[in-house]
Amino acid sequence: MTDMPDTTLTSDPSHDASGHPATDDAAGYYTPGSPLVDTKAPAGPIDERWQTRKFEARLVNPANRRKLSIIVVGTGLAGSSAAATLGEAGYVVKSFCYQDSPRRAHSIAAQGGINAAKNYKEDGDSVHRLFYDTVKGGDYRSRESNVYRLAEVSTNIIDQCVAQGVPFAREYGGLLDNRSFGGVQVSRTFYARGQTGQQLLIGAYQALERQVAAGTVTTYTRHEMLELIVVDGKARGIIARDMVTGAIETHLADVVVLASGGYGNVFYLSTNAMGCNVTAAWRAHRKGAYMANPCYTQIHPTCIPVSGSHQSKLTLMSESLRNDGRIWVPKNKADCAKDPREIPEEDRDYYLERIYPSFGNLVPRDIASRAAKYQCDDGRGVGPEVDGVRRGVYLDFADAIARLGRDAVEEKYGNLFDMYARITGEDPYVVPMRIYPAVHYVMGGLWVDYDLQSTIPGLFVTGEANFSDHGANRLGASALMQGLADGYFVLPHTIRDYLADGPFEKVAEDHPAVVEARKAVEGRIEHFLTVNGTRSVDSYHRELGNIMWEYCGMERTEDGLKKAIDLIRTLKDDFYRNVKVLGTADSLNQSLEKAGRVADFFELGELMCIDALNRRESCGGHFRAESQTEDGEALRHDDQFAYVAAWEFAGEVPILHKEDLVYTAIEMKQRSYK
Amino acid sequence: MRLTLKIWRQSDAAAAGAMHTYEVDDVSEDMSFLEMLDVLNEQLNAKGEEPIAFDSDCREGICGMCGLMINGEAHGPVTTTTCQLHMRTFSDGETITIEPWRSDAFPVLKDLVVDRGSFDRIIQQGGFISVNTGSAPEAHSVQVPKEAADRAFDVATCIGCGACVAACPNGSASLFMGAKITHLGELPQGQAERDIRVVNMVAQHDHEGFGGCTNIGECAAACPKEIPLDVISQLNRDLRTALRHGH
Ligand SMILES: Cc1cc2nc3c(=O)[nH]c(=O)nc-3n(C[C@H](O)[C@H](O)[C@H](O)COP(=O)(O)OP(=O)(O)OC[C@H]3O[C@@H](n4cnc5c(N)ncnc54)[C@H](O)[C@@H]3O)c2cc1C
Ligand code: SF4
Ligand code: FES
Repeated sequence: MTDMPDTTLTSDPSHDASGHPATDDAAGYYTPGSPLVDTKAPAGPIDERWQTRKFEARLVNPANRRKLSIIVVGTGLAGSSAAATLGEAGYVVKSFCYQDSPRRAHSIAAQGGINAAKNYKEDGDSVHRLFYDTVKGGDYRSRESNVYRLAEVSTNIIDQCVAQGVPFAREYGGLLDNRSFGGVQVSRTFYARGQTGQQLLIGAYQALERQVAAGTVTTYTRHEMLELIVVDGKARGIIARDMVTGAIETHLADVVVLASGGYGNVFYLSTNAMGCNVTAAWRAHRKGAYMANPCYTQIHPTCIPVSGSHQSKLTLMSESLRNDGRIWVPKNKADCAKDPREIPEEDRDYYLERIYPSFGNLVPRDIASRAAKYQCDDGRGVGPEVDGVRRGVYLDFADAIARLGRDAVEEKYGNLFDMYARITGEDPYVVPMRIYPAVHYVMGGLWVDYDLQSTIPGLFVTGEANFSDHGANRLGASALMQGLADGYFVLPHTIRDYLADGPFEKVAEDHPAVVEARKAVEGRIEHFLTVNGTRSVDSYHRELGNIMWEYCGMERTEDGLKKAIDLIRTLKDDFYRNVKVLGTADSLNQSLEKAGRVADFFELGELMCIDALNRRESCGGHFRAESQTEDGEALRHDDQFAYVAAWEFAGEVPILHKEDLVYTAIEMKQRSYK
Repeated sequence: MRLTLKIWRQSDAAAAGAMHTYEVDDVSEDMSFLEMLDVLNEQLNAKGEEPIAFDSDCREGICGMCGLMINGEAHGPVTTTTCQLHMRTFSDGETITIEPWRSDAFPVLKDLVVDRGSFDRIIQQGGFISVNTGSAPEAHSVQVPKEAADRAFDVATCIGCGACVAACPNGSASLFMGAKITHLGELPQGQAERDIRVVNMVAQHDHEGFGGCTNIGECAAACPKEIPLDVISQLNRDLRTALRHGH
C-alpha cells in the first residue's frame, strides 16, 4: 500500500481495434440529460478558492440567526459537528437520529484514524500532498476543488478535537503521535488506539449536548426521517416518525441538512451498523436531489468471514494486519477442509506474493479483495461452507510470530486477535486467521456542489451521505476527516450564503406539499401493515443483498448487471405483495422500520446496477470485467468517463446528468501495482 | 443446540409486562446472542406472533446500543457487550432468562428496549469542554503527558450502555459519571470547568432518580469496557474539592 509508480495512459482503450467507439451498455435503462456544472467553486488558483468562497459567501447578522431554523438529520461525525457549530452560531437547530442517543451513530465504530496534513513528523507532508494522495487514491474521479479544501481544513480538525478533550495517542514528550495508514508514505494519521471514531464522535456529541443545554439545539432521538418536504422548489422540512409512539411528525425549517451516512447495507451484510440505511437520502432523491456515482462501493479485504446463514453483520479487522500477516490458500482443493497447520509449505499458494511480487500482501484494498474472491470462486477457499462455497482465505501470522516473537505480535495486534477469537472461537496465535472481503463504505451519494448543496435548493448534504470527496475509492482515515471537515468547517460557512436570503416566509402545516408528504408516509406504513404476506422483511433484505453482492460487488459485468436489474425488479414486486409485517403503526415496531428501509434499498440497488452498467470502465472500487489490462488490472477510460454520473429520479428510467471532471492542479495517471 | 428462553414482554411503557417462555432450536455456537434472538424473531414472525423488540446497532461492542440482563447478569456471563456474546458460552438444553435493564431512570419502552435519555441529560450538564468551533489553539500548543493522555483514553472508552446502572443494587450511575469526570479531569483542557462540571453532573444524576453509590463494585464487574472503580473515587474527590471551592 505504498505509493505506486505511475504510468501515464497513452493508448485509447475506449475504441476497439478498428476504431469504433465503445458501446452504450446501459442504453434503454436511462435517459440522457443535460450536463451538470458546479457553479459555486470560484475560479483561480486552487489554493485560494476556499478563501475566496468564504469571503464571498454572504454573512448573516447575529440578531437574525435566531429567526432562522435548521434541521440536521444525522448525528454522526458529519451531523453532530454541523449541529453543534450551527447552534454555537446562534441558529435554531433541530437534530435527528434513529438511535436512542446521538452518541451511537455509526461513526462510533471507525477504528483506524483520521488524516490531517499537520506535517508534525517533518516527513514532507503538506496540504498539497494530502490533496494529491486523495485525488490519486480516488482514481481521478473526484472534484479537485472539494478535495483541496478538505486537505486544507484537515489541520483545523485536529486543533478542534484536541481542545474538546479527544484523547489522541501521544508520545512520551506529550506531543501527538501519528502513524502511516492506507497506502501513503507519510505519517499523517492521528489515532486513539483502535477507537478513533468513538473518541471523535464523543467529542462532537459533547459539543452537541452542550448546545442542547444552551437551548440552541433540540435533539430528536429515536426519530426516523421518512420524507423530505419541498415547498416551491426548496427544502423546507421533513416528516419523521417517532419510533417509540409511532407518531408521524411534521418538522418545518428554513433549510435541511442530511448527514445520514452511507448505504452499504443495501448488500445486507456489511461492516455498517444494523440500522444504516439510505432512506433519508433516497426520499430526497425522489424529491429531486440527484444521486451521484451510486455504484462506487468500497470493499474491505480483511473482514471476518460469514459463518452461516444466521449472519447479521460483518466485522472489520484492521487493515494493518496485512503488514505482518501472510495471505494464502491451499494449492490443492482437496486440502481446503484440512487443518491448515497440516498443510505443508509447498502446498500453500501465497497468491498475492506470487502475482504481485513487489507489493505482495500490501496491494490496495480492491486488488486484495478481488484476488481473494477469485481463489474462492476457483474452489480453493477455506473455512465453513456457506451455501456450498468456502469463502475465506488464510491470514497467517506464524512467520511473524517466529520472526518477532509472540509478545511483539501481541503488543501490536492483541486487541484484534482477541476480537477475532471472541467471534470465531479460534485462537489466531495458533491457527491462521480466516478473512474475506466485505462491503465497508460507499463513495457514491447525493450530488452536491462546492457549497455542499444538493440539486434541491436549501438541502445540504454532508459526510458519507454526499458523493463529493473520495472519487471512486476512499483512502483509509479520510472518511472521518471528511465528516468533520464538512460539519465543523465547511457547511457552517457555505450555508450562511443561502440563509442570508432569510428570513423566509413561513410554511403552514396544512400547505399542500406538507400534506402530500405526510400522506405519502402514512400510505406506505399502512401498506406494509396490511399486506399480510408470508415472508419476513429480513428474508427479502438478505436476498437483495445476495443479488447485489453477486452481480454488483467486487466484479461487475454487463450480463451480470442486466440480470441483477431483472432479479431486483422481480423481488421488489414480490416484496410489495408478499411481505409480512406484524405489529401496529402506533407503537415501537422494528419490522415496520426495516420494511421502509428495505423498500428504499430495492430502488437504490437498481440504480446502482444501472450506474455500474453505464460505467464501462474500471476505476477505484468499481471493477468492470470488460475493462482490464492484460494482467487483470483495473483500466480507466478517461476519454469517456472522466465525469460524475448524477442521476435524476424519473421512475424506473432515471435521467443521467454528467458533470465533467476537470483537473488543473494535477495530472491524470493510470496506476500499476506489479 | 436447543434452548428454552424466558423473555420479558411488555407492549409499551404504560403496560404491565410479564415473562414468556419460548423454545428455539437450530442455534449454532457461532451465532452471537443477538443473532440467536434474530432467529427466534423469524420463527415468531412466521407464526404470526409479533417479534421481540430489542436494541442493537453496531453489533461490534462499541455503540452501546445493546444491553440485556441475561440470567440476572448485565450483558451476560462474559465481560463484553451483549452483541459480542456468542452462543458457544451456553450449552444445549439450557434455559436462559432475558430481561431489560431495570432502573427507575431507564423506563422500559417495549419488551427489552429501555430509555437511557437520562445519560444524555447528565452529559448536557457539564460532560464537555466549552470550546466553540474555530476557537481552538494549535493542537501542539499544549503538551499532555502520555500517562495522563492514556488514562484519559482508558476511561473515555465508556460506551454509555448503562450496564453499570443495571448491575448496581442502588441503581447508581456513578461509574458512568466518574468515567466522564476522569476523562476530562485528566486533561489540561478540562481544568477550567472541573469544579462546575462535577457539581452540575451530580445534581442531574440525582434529579434523574439514579441511586447513590455505596461502594459495592457490581458496576465495574459488569462494565464491558472495564472502566475501573477508582473513577468513582475521582468523582468523589472532585466533588469535595468543588464544594470546598464554594460551589
Ligand atoms: C467498521 C468501520 C470502520 C471504519 N474505520 C474508519 C477509519 O478508521 N477512518 C475513517 O476515516 N473512516 C472509517 N470508516 C468510515 C467512517 O466511519 C464513516 O464513513 C463515517 O463515520 C460516516 O459518518 P457520517 O457522519 O457521514 O454518518 P454516520 O456516522 O453513519 O451517521 C449517520 C447518522 O444519520 C442518522 N440517520 C440515518 N438515517 C436516518 C433517518 N432516516 N432518520 C434519522 N436519522 C437518520 C443516524 O441515526 C446517524 O446519526 C469506517 C467504517 C466502518 C464501517
Ligand atoms: S461505565 Fe461501563 S457499564 Fe457503565 S455505561 Fe460506561 S461502558 Fe457501560
Ligand atoms: S450493538 Fe453496539 S455495542 Fe452492542
